[in-house]
Amino acid sequence: MQVPILKQGGYLIASIQSVLSDADLLQLRDSLGDRVGEFRSRGVIIDVTVLDVIDSFATRMLRAIAHMLKLRGAETVIVGIQPDVAFAMVQLGLTLEGVGTALDLEEGLAYLDTKTKRIPADGN
Amino acid sequence: METEAQTEIHSAADIVTARQRGRTLALQLGFNGAEVTLIAAAISEVARNIVDHAKKGEIVMSSVMSSATSNSGSGRRGIQIIARDEGPGIPDVAQAMQYGYSTRRGLGVGLPGAKWLMDEFDIDSRLGRGTTVTMKKWLPYK
Ligand SMILES: Nc1ncnc2c1ncn2[C@@H]1O[C@H](COP(=O)(O)OP(=O)(O)O)[C@@H](O)[C@H]1O
Ligand SMILES: [Mg+2]
Repeated sequence: MQVPILKQGGYLIASIQSVLSDADLLQLRDSLGDRVGEFRSRGVIIDVTVLDVIDSFATRMLRAIAHMLKLRGAETVIVGIQPDVAFAMVQLGLTLEGVGTALDLEEGLAYLDTKTKRIPADGN
Repeated sequence: METEAQTEIHSAADIVTARQRGRTLALQLGFNGAEVTLIAAAISEVARNIVDHAKKGEIVMSSVMSSATSNSGSGRRGIQIIARDEGPGIPDVAQAMQYGYSTRRGLGVGLPGAKWLMDEFDIDSRLGRGTTVTMKKWLPYK
């Protein structure tokens, strides 16, 4: 099942809709890479609220997506990891090292606003 | 009540199926939401190992009762998950069980992680013959 990607302002929002197969995750990576270029997006939110499990493969993919988007000039934030899912990730020893996370969409947007704020060159 | 589920594992999509069946069975047996997710995560890892390292195999899940020899005490109900394949087998099981060890640029978290998630974990692997992982999780005493 394809993941819909919405454009909101300077950001992209990818809302994962159901349990994802590996192919879906790979496809999500490719389409986000393309869209970030197409829309010159500075930030990407990946909403994983509906994921029932984030296993080592999904963790590796989410990290890879975030790192790839960073190289394309965009910040990534993962939002909506459920408490049980987070608990299982901790038990598995999985971390989303180097990837932004936030509670929900609203917090994710706030996170990207801080991360992508342009700092004036002269310091003012 | 369905107390046994068998899932053939050939592709990544089958991992999702196995996970969902495990979730359903665990719920029926009386595990709570957090425990069901831990079980689903363990199933996901062993099923993925079949796809990644052995290409195909099967996962059989059933309800079990602990025996007197179990170090968790006898007479406890639980879930048993068997992941079986006839793949290449693992040359050094102790090494494969180490956190971070992977022969395929994976995270190397699947086997040690699944062991942490479950109450009992046993792995039997023979070179050229295949691998069987048997895991159990017990319900709390009533
Ligand atoms: N079913 C299997 N058949 C053959 N080898 C396996 C199997 N499961 C695990 N292995 C071996 O054990 C290693 C560790 O497995 P795991 O902890 O899941 O890490 P990963 O899958 O990320 O490599 C694998 O890299 C692989 O060499
Ligand atoms: Mg693995």
